[in-house]
Amino acid sequence: MKFGVVVFPGSNCDHDTYYVLKEVYKLDVDYIWHKQTTLSSYDCIILPGGFSYGDYLRSGAIARFSPVMQAVINFAHQGRLVLGICNGFQVLMEAGLLPGAMLRNKTLKFICQDVHIRVEDKQTPFTTLCREGEVLRLPIAHKDGNYFADAKMMKELKKNHQIIFRYCTPEGTLTEEANLNGSLDYVAGICNRERNVLGLMPHPERYAESILGNEDGKRIFDSIITYLSKEK
Amino acid sequence: MKAKVFVTFKEGVLDPQGKTIKNAIVSLGYEGVEDVRQGKYFEMTLDTLPKEKAENLIKEIAEKILANPIIEQFQYHIE
Repeated sequence: MKFGVVVFPGSNCDHDTYYVLKEVYKLDVDYIWHKQTTLSSYDCIILPGGFSYGDYLRSGAIARFSPVMQAVINFAHQGRLVLGICNGFQVLMEAGLLPGAMLRNKTLKFICQDVHIRVEDKQTPFTTLCREGEVLRLPIAHKDGNYFADAKMMKELKKNHQIIFRYCTPEGTLTEEANLNGSLDYVAGICNRERNVLGLMPHPERYAESILGNEDGKRIFDSIITYLSKEK
Repeated sequence: MKAKVFVTFKEGVLDPQGKTIKNAIVSLGYEGVEDVRQGKYFEMTLDTLPKEKAENLIKEIAEKILANPIIEQFQYHIE
């Protein structure tokens, strides 16, 4: 089982993600420089958080045209796993692998704090070990995380159960107060129709070791690993 | 030859920055401003091209990268 963590100029959660897979899980993982164009030896590609290309123009808009992205698109179309965290999620939307776009947070502020998200659907490789309705506490750190999709897209997302995480209170209730960035319908994470590509704004890699006082992020990594080991 | 491209949010897309600017204008005491929408403006210098070619080029670039068609629309002028 081999993971690849894509590194764009301006990625800054690449090391955290690599560390979790390498040191916490003792798995095989490589950094993938954004100029690389073959991904055939990997089972799961992760687009990490950060500020690829300084977030110039729009978050993820320039990274989307990096040479590695055509390979990521082909990889996803083969049904293999792609996870986008924060900026990685924004890149996946710009690349057309996930529907929607991010607007500026409703507060206009960069928000860096723990939030709660509710697992809405466990029928994905990324949530297979979670319970539906389970609440995870994970940190967010973004300014453009206010999810938007037009009415038609939103209808499709709901129809196909593609909304995987929603912002909620610690008890799991959906409220405007818990929806800090103002996302449409409390969306914190979605998957594609085929369910092999997932993007989320919170950072599971930042809460994946007991010494940090919270291992909720492991629920997502554990799910991916379990899914991949069953597949082998 | 110059192209000017204006990228703005589509109608119905929330623009929290525009709203904040509008509130600031109101709090300065100005009346008569009903709404503010913030956008982006690009000035591009082009090789000298026939007008139609230049238009097609600008349209393609705007659709592909300058604007995100899910949330944004664009207008352009070529001079």
